[in-house]
Amino acid sequence: MNGPPYPRLRGADLARLAIVGPRSRPVRATLSILGIAIGVAAIVAVLGITRSSQADLLARIDRLGTNLLTVADAQSLTGERVQLPTTAAVTIARADGVRHVAPTADLPGVQVYRTDRIPIYRSNGIAARACDAALMSALEGQLASGVFFNAATARYPVTVLGHEAAQRLGIARPEATTRIFISGHWFVVVGVLRPFELAPEIDHSALIGFPIAAEYFTYDHHPNRIYVRTDTERTEAVVDLLAPAANPEHPETVAVSRPSDALAARLAVVDATTSLLLGLGAVALLVGGIGIANLMVISVLERRGEIGLRRALGAARRHVAGQFLAESVVLAILGGGVGLVLGVGVTVTVARVQGWSALLPAVAVWGGLVAAIAIGALAGVYPAARAARLAPTDALRSV
Amino acid sequence: MTDPVLQLTRVGKTYPGTPPVPSLHDIDLTIHSGELVAITGPSGSGKTTLLNIAAGLDRPTDGEVRIAGYAVRRLSDRRLSGLRAYHLGVVFQQFFLIDHLSAVDNVAAGLLYRAVPPSERRRAANEALERVGLAHRAEHRANRLSGGERQRVAVARAIVGHPSVVLADEPTGNLDGETGAALLCLLRELNDRGIAIVVITHDAQVSAAMNRHVALRDGRIVHDDGRAP
Repeated sequence: MNGPPYPRLRGADLARLAIVGPRSRPVRATLSILGIAIGVAAIVAVLGITRSSQADLLARIDRLGTNLLTVADAQSLTGERVQLPTTAAVTIARADGVRHVAPTADLPGVQVYRTDRIPIYRSNGIAARACDAALMSALEGQLASGVFFNAATARYPVTVLGHEAAQRLGIARPEATTRIFISGHWFVVVGVLRPFELAPEIDHSALIGFPIAAEYFTYDHHPNRIYVRTDTERTEAVVDLLAPAANPEHPETVAVSRPSDALAARLAVVDATTSLLLGLGAVALLVGGIGIANLMVISVLERRGEIGLRRALGAARRHVAGQFLAESVVLAILGGGVGLVLGVGVTVTVARVQGWSALLPAVAVWGGLVAAIAIGALAGVYPAARAARLAPTDALRSV
Repeated sequence: MTDPVLQLTRVGKTYPGTPPVPSLHDIDLTIHSGELVAITGPSGSGKTTLLNIAAGLDRPTDGEVRIAGYAVRRLSDRRLSGLRAYHLGVVFQQFFLIDHLSAVDNVAAGLLYRAVPPSERRRAANEALERVGLAHRAEHRANRLSGGERQRVAVARAIVGHPSVVLADEPTGNLDGETGAALLCLLRELNDRGIAIVVITHDAQVSAAMNRHVALRDGRIVHDDGRAP
């Protein structure tokens, strides 16, 4: 004789038993899942917002193009500033893979004012910069209003304002009579540019033609910043060609950079804050797990009578343990579900406010839920073991 | 005579502690199917300990217990749970119903640990409720029932699995005289249909309603009118 059959509990019945506790004390169950909910919401929202903003940044980089390079003068090994040769733009244009070249030159000491009545020290931080019409094609620039100067008008005192410069000077749309005062000379404003994301220094400038710069100011035909637009697929190769092309004798005194790299760098910066916030979410999850464990321990104490009854009805230790473990997991899943909804809500709201399209990485959703379930299971182990250890006679006596 | 459903041979129980607390000595008790037995005795005479051992909820320190033919000593905790699930029904003084479940669901819980499918459980539970005269209250929540009704639900839960024996610990202890008497009638009726019932009580009236009387005092049987001469 082997003995009586083992008691058995159906899986579906175990699931039903798992909601006995939460159903009989809903308020307490709700409070106990808050920690898990907040933790999962934090993790989902952080990952969702990060992904959405990164996607937006990538889209911007894509739109702006990664094929813009700048060539600027730099210091030599001995520390003195070495000017770019006057012929730099021409020699760069001959390099393979270069599509557009636009030289510009700072005009040091030249100040820009709205009128001649403005005190000389209130220059508003606007720089004057000499350039030609090639700038528009190299930067793929667009005018907010007016026109850009051409080879003919560049000889006259006319200027095109960068976006930020126009705002600081209070010029929304130039009219035929709109003039500004640049270091002792009146210039007619013929156009205002849209912002350049990859060349913010242009936004702060009043642009004038090379001939007039040479005539009025100290322009010596040396450019100090040249914008180069390349064939996209050859950009990498062109980067190496530019310094020798600009200054064959001293290529080491030429600084070549790629403005879109600065934007790309921001993709990496995001990670530091992300891990901090994820850490906070993990702490909330942990505290949530402790909250559930706490609730379950109390629940085991309160429901000794029920435990005794179930043992009397034939439940084995494993069935009692399973019931409390399952209840703990159910609470965690509820918390995880609420957290998921909150996290998605926050992500969508933030994305909408920022004008991004909301993206949610699958790993955030599944990771959050799996973490919640794992923590619920962990939180349930000790209470479940206590419930299972309880002797049926003790459990029944205590009520 | 038929095989005994419950057989205790020289059973002793001593609770551990300093000093150890002896509770039962040399209990010899055999109960056959179809019997209706009252075990009486004053408080502290060991009645509840005897019930716990007979219900497979506790193990004796000495002697041998056979429930439905199985020797308890040789069973693992899990097998012993199986024995309770398949062969025993227990009724408690405090009913132990799950308040937010309906009467029929409480009764169906008696079959929960046998992995009986839910529909089958409900069918058996409704049948058991009918036998205790509560078919009309089947869908009412347990905490909406009166004390007498609650104890009837508990009895229905004990008999739903057709156990070899039903053990009842002071089943009328929380009931007034009239509902207590009605419950005794119910137990007699169930016994008439062949279920062995053992009632533990200190109430002389309850004891009088049973066919066989066993008296305990200080952990020993001092009277048993069913013992073979």
